[in-house]
Amino acid sequence: MTFVVVGASLAGLRAVEAARKAGYTGRLVLVGAEPHLPYDRPPLSKAFLDPGEPPPVPHHRTQDELDGLDVELRLGSPATGLDTGAREVELADGERLPYERLVLATGAQARHLPGERLPGVHALRTVDDARAVRDALDSGCRTVVVGAGFIGSEVASAARKRDLPVTVLEAAPMPLVRAVGEQMAPACAALHARHGTELRCGVGVTALEGDGRVERVVLSDGQVLPADLVVVGIGADPVTDWLQGSGLELDDGVVCDETLRAGDGVYSAGDVARWHNPQFGRSMRLEHWTSAAEQGAAAARNALDPSNASPYKTVPYFWSDWYTDKLQMVGVPAADEVKVVGDLDGERWVALYRCGDALAGALSLNLPGKIMKYRAMIVRGATWDDALSFAAA
Amino acid sequence: MRIVLDESKCSSLGMCESVAPNVFEVGDDGALTVLNPTPPEDQRALMEEAVAACPTGALSIED
Repeated sequence: MTFVVVGASLAGLRAVEAARKAGYTGRLVLVGAEPHLPYDRPPLSKAFLDPGEPPPVPHHRTQDELDGLDVELRLGSPATGLDTGAREVELADGERLPYERLVLATGAQARHLPGERLPGVHALRTVDDARAVRDALDSGCRTVVVGAGFIGSEVASAARKRDLPVTVLEAAPMPLVRAVGEQMAPACAALHARHGTELRCGVGVTALEGDGRVERVVLSDGQVLPADLVVVGIGADPVTDWLQGSGLELDDGVVCDETLRAGDGVYSAGDVARWHNPQFGRSMRLEHWTSAAEQGAAAARNALDPSNASPYKTVPYFWSDWYTDKLQMVGVPAADEVKVVGDLDGERWVALYRCGDALAGALSLNLPGKIMKYRAMIVRGATWDDALSFAAA
Repeated sequence: MRIVLDESKCSSLGMCESVAPNVFEVGDDGALTVLNPTPPEDQRALMEEAVAACPTGALSIED
């Protein structure tokens, strides 16, 4: 038998590790688009950008550790096609990999602005992107960040840690509404001003201009901002182009059932997977570390033993490091009511999200000792009153 | 079995506590406490899950 995992980041790595842990001894192949060994992405927009000595690439495993798993690596060779009838994965170098079991973990790719990509303009998704952004920050540049999401906000933090001027542009009237909801988005956005970052909302980018490299950003209101570094953080799209015509259902991701099954012998995990999350009874696609790790392992186990496949359910969790602050969110922001405990102008607060009579989510600033208690409450279906009592205690 | 915490890697993200609240707890000061560094053998699978859940690779198991 051959077990193929496409995507050599966190979810793909966890899939091959879980396959071996489950006792699978057959041929195991890990395909990755990037030439690098699997590495960790969250630090790339956080500690990796901090001032000081350039840090090492945050690899998950060494070559020796991967050799110990007896996994064949196909790195730097993206998958270009899937034939579910013949059960073959086609790679960019022309190789056709037969499979009996397949895990799709191709992740998401950063969106870019339309038009030519001038030097000095970067997305931040890969370690190569992160190195370029870090080098530019170290050279003392004027930075413009396009998109006030989490990645953009973390880049702004890295600029301010060097006392560099930075402007963050957001096309929407308010950033982060999808991630934290309308009520809490302004509280998050306000953190930028506190730390000397200029945030401009409701303004688009008309053009990036420069002679040979980026020198200025032209805004939709006609203003022109000088810039040596432009970081584009306007979200990411699931990498599914290569699956067109495969017969798998694609809808903002690879559509899976609650066991992460996408088709006959085919499972999916990580940022690319849209699955039915039984915890909330709805379809979700998450771009979070914890769900990528857990789904990778779950997809591999289920692929090896489909008749005993277990549903994967989770309470979403993400964190983001802004300046000296830590934002953490558990659960979902869609809610009938949001209640803030603490002072939104202060150093720490928590916002609780109610859905019906239950706690559905919690967003905290600098309360690392509390956030997992709320996650546990969501898992066990704690009532809204229970959550309020805990928050007040 | 002994749970080993590398404090230089831990950033108190709390996933270990989410997996095994009887063994791990992040305090209000943001420091992780291993409440029981030598959990009983019947908790090995859970401890392995907690180690795997750590986003910063700060936990390991020593025998």
